[in-house]
Amino acid sequence: MLRIANGLTIAALLFLGAPAAAKDTLVIGISQFPRNFNPNIESMLAKSYILAMARRPFVVYDADWKLRCMLCTELPDLKKGTAKIETTADGKKGLAVTYTIRPDATWGDGVPVTTKDVLFTWKVGRDKRSGFSNIEPYERVTSIDVHDDKKFTVHVSKFTCDYRTRYSLGVLPAHIEAKSFADPAQYRIKSAYETDTTNPGLWYGPYRVTEVASGSHVVLEQNPTWWGKKPAFKKVIVKAIEKTSALSANLLAGDIDYIAGELGLTVDEALAFAPRAKRKFDTVYKSGLIYEHIDLNLDNPILKDRRVRRALLYAIDREAISQQLFQGHQPVAHGQTNPLDTVYDPNAPKYPYDLKKARTLLIEAGWTDIRGGIRHNAKGERLQLDLMTTAGNKSRELIQQVLQSQWRQAGIDIRIRNEPARVFFGETVSRRKFRHMAMYAWISAPEGVPRSTLHSTMIPGPDNGWSGQNYPGLANKAMDKALDDAETVCEDKPNRAIWSDLQRIYAEELPALPLYFRANPFILPKWLKGVKPTGHQFSTSLWIEDWRVAK
Amino acid sequence: MFRYTAERIFQSLVVLLVLSFAVYGLIGLMPGDPIDLMIQSDPNLSQADAQRLKAIHGLDRPLFERYGAWLGNAVQGDFGYSRNHSQPAIDVIGSRIGSTGLLLGLSLILALAIAVPVGVYAALHPYSKTDYAVNLACFAGISVPPFWLALLFIILFAVVLGWLPAGGMETVGDGGLLDRIQHLILPVVTLTIASVGDFTRFMRASMLQTLRQDFIRTARAKGLSMTRVVTGHALRNALLPMVTIVALSFGRLFSGALITETMFAWHGMGKMIYDAILGNDYNLALIGLMFATALTLIGNFLADIGYVWLDPRVSLSDRGRGA
Repeated sequence: MLRIANGLTIAALLFLGAPAAAKDTLVIGISQFPRNFNPNIESMLAKSYILAMARRPFVVYDADWKLRCMLCTELPDLKKGTAKIETTADGKKGLAVTYTIRPDATWGDGVPVTTKDVLFTWKVGRDKRSGFSNIEPYERVTSIDVHDDKKFTVHVSKFTCDYRTRYSLGVLPAHIEAKSFADPAQYRIKSAYETDTTNPGLWYGPYRVTEVASGSHVVLEQNPTWWGKKPAFKKVIVKAIEKTSALSANLLAGDIDYIAGELGLTVDEALAFAPRAKRKFDTVYKSGLIYEHIDLNLDNPILKDRRVRRALLYAIDREAISQQLFQGHQPVAHGQTNPLDTVYDPNAPKYPYDLKKARTLLIEAGWTDIRGGIRHNAKGERLQLDLMTTAGNKSRELIQQVLQSQWRQAGIDIRIRNEPARVFFGETVSRRKFRHMAMYAWISAPEGVPRSTLHSTMIPGPDNGWSGQNYPGLANKAMDKALDDAETVCEDKPNRAIWSDLQRIYAEELPALPLYFRANPFILPKWLKGVKPTGHQFSTSLWIEDWRVAK
Repeated sequence: MFRYTAERIFQSLVVLLVLSFAVYGLIGLMPGDPIDLMIQSDPNLSQADAQRLKAIHGLDRPLFERYGAWLGNAVQGDFGYSRNHSQPAIDVIGSRIGSTGLLLGLSLILALAIAVPVGVYAALHPYSKTDYAVNLACFAGISVPPFWLALLFIILFAVVLGWLPAGGMETVGDGGLLDRIQHLILPVVTLTIASVGDFTRFMRASMLQTLRQDFIRTARAKGLSMTRVVTGHALRNALLPMVTIVALSFGRLFSGALITETMFAWHGMGKMIYDAILGNDYNLALIGLMFATALTLIGNFLADIGYVWLDPRVSLSDRGRGA
């Protein structure tokens, strides 16, 4: 039936009209609607995407993965003295970071963005009742020195190399939000971002939110107090259409202009859609920091043996999978650090497809006896492993079948056991209940130290209340040291050396089998120019003022 | 009649109370909660953050305690706050009732308006070419998955022909009556096709059975015309089982509405309840499901009233006395 639908879609293209003329309104389609609009309560992609047009963080990574100021005038820097190492009251190594807010930065109601807003945001953030999702940066701040309306210095209790982004607080308008914060426990409900979302004073981007239809759409209109480059579109409408088949049909029907890559079609859906729509749309695939991999349970007697883990990786042809299933748009991952990241080391060990090597390693590990095509050890145990993933995820289920067949070539019997995402993440993975292998993805940040996923103190268990995300159970002293050092040794050369160590240890120990970095397909109308996919957590919409209609 | 109504209201309240507990318990028994899932998508969120957020949302308290607190507030008219919408749950549902009511009401009226005459006509001409065509159309309607039909309609009427909008409830910035009607057409037609087949089949079967009854033969023997027999005697009797079917179909229409609402980005109750259950939005899921149940109970009550109107032999006061 889907083929018929596809056929009709092709027919549809024959009837499509001429490219859009000059446009005042841009309609963007995304597959999710934000649950709330307060920038600091709950991190959610749909919200980040929309708010990026109406707010600007202090510091962001741009499309070239370089740090740059948006709300500040200059990046804090240890070399320039705008960041200084200092000793905290309890004798620990702390830090003082100085920011200056842009002099022309004002809220949408004309009130300037000042240090008062920064102090208010800090007050809200460190209150545990406020409902902020991540309060660690606020708690680390011990004090804030206000120099004037625009310049302030943040004193923090722990020195880490990510100081330039970590304390880039999501500033709130004190002149509006102070009233909502009268009862901190009610703040998440009473915040003006939820009760008065279209108040111009909440926004300070090129656009401001002028209409919200819950679950349906958000309308943004040009913000007259915006200090930067004037955007090309007078109005931007972001429509939420959850079903991706309906999303692409809406695009073809002209009800939306563009499907955002951050929250749109999957690669396989885009690959099916792109050839049929190429007359009107360009498809840009951007791989990034979503790392698809298979966690290995290192407590399992079979997988405890590093030779078996390496054999598993040698036995799969990830390049062929990427080419066959994703036409090469999802590049093979050789570790969890993305090649686009500045800390990536191209010399870290890699495991190209080598079935012979895989077989040799398995023999060395004692899996010598082949019966019915499956290896057995001296005790007569069968080399049988469970491979789990999220049920209903078409891409992963397809990959699972290919992997099963490839591992069979090496004499490894794979049993596929899938569960709904809720059970899989909520119970099986987080409680380390998977027997052998669990396939899913991690989202990271540029130069983000993977402490929570690789440090030995982060192995979830009953003793630590199941905290941490080191689900494979990697306990490696060298890795722990590399992770600790990567956070605190910031000079370029030694920092890169530590990151190289980290990637080498990861590749040697293989707590997880790297598969590929997921790509986001951006379905762009040919007339829309200036959209630069980033590949990291900062949305393309942060640069919406650069988007324009092709002449 | 009064006693019967009072008894039915009391029974309905008991059903709603039991349902609220069952739903609360079932959602609570699902593995993981929104905060657990949040960790997967936010690399900066620590376990300490997760514990703190669970405490803020009350997810760290035992299920019975949470349910007790909810019930206590609900009795006083406070149905809590929707986590998915950052609004009071009652406000969220209030804005959705109208849109789903419109969708379900129109599709139900349209489905019955088609099913009753077509079913009667097919029953009056059994095994004719028309009857076979009607049956074929009915089976097609029953068999076609609503999501596929919706997609087909979008492609045909929105993409290829460009006659109707592909989704949504109105054009942003327009919202006039004609614009709203245009947005209603495809979802209503999809939902109608999903239910009209069943209704027609039931109507046909019921009419066929009625036409075989002795009193119909007697009426014909008395010399009454076929039209008079059908409209005056057979139709009323044939409609009795249809009333039950229609009353019971409210729940099914809701599930159909979920798919239709998802495909056409129509912001109604079906989609809202589904998202609330998946997102552990207890307050919203509860009030949504209770509303759907209340609607079904009201449907059944109306069906009972309908029996009395259609069949003078049925008396509510007798039933009220347990006869």
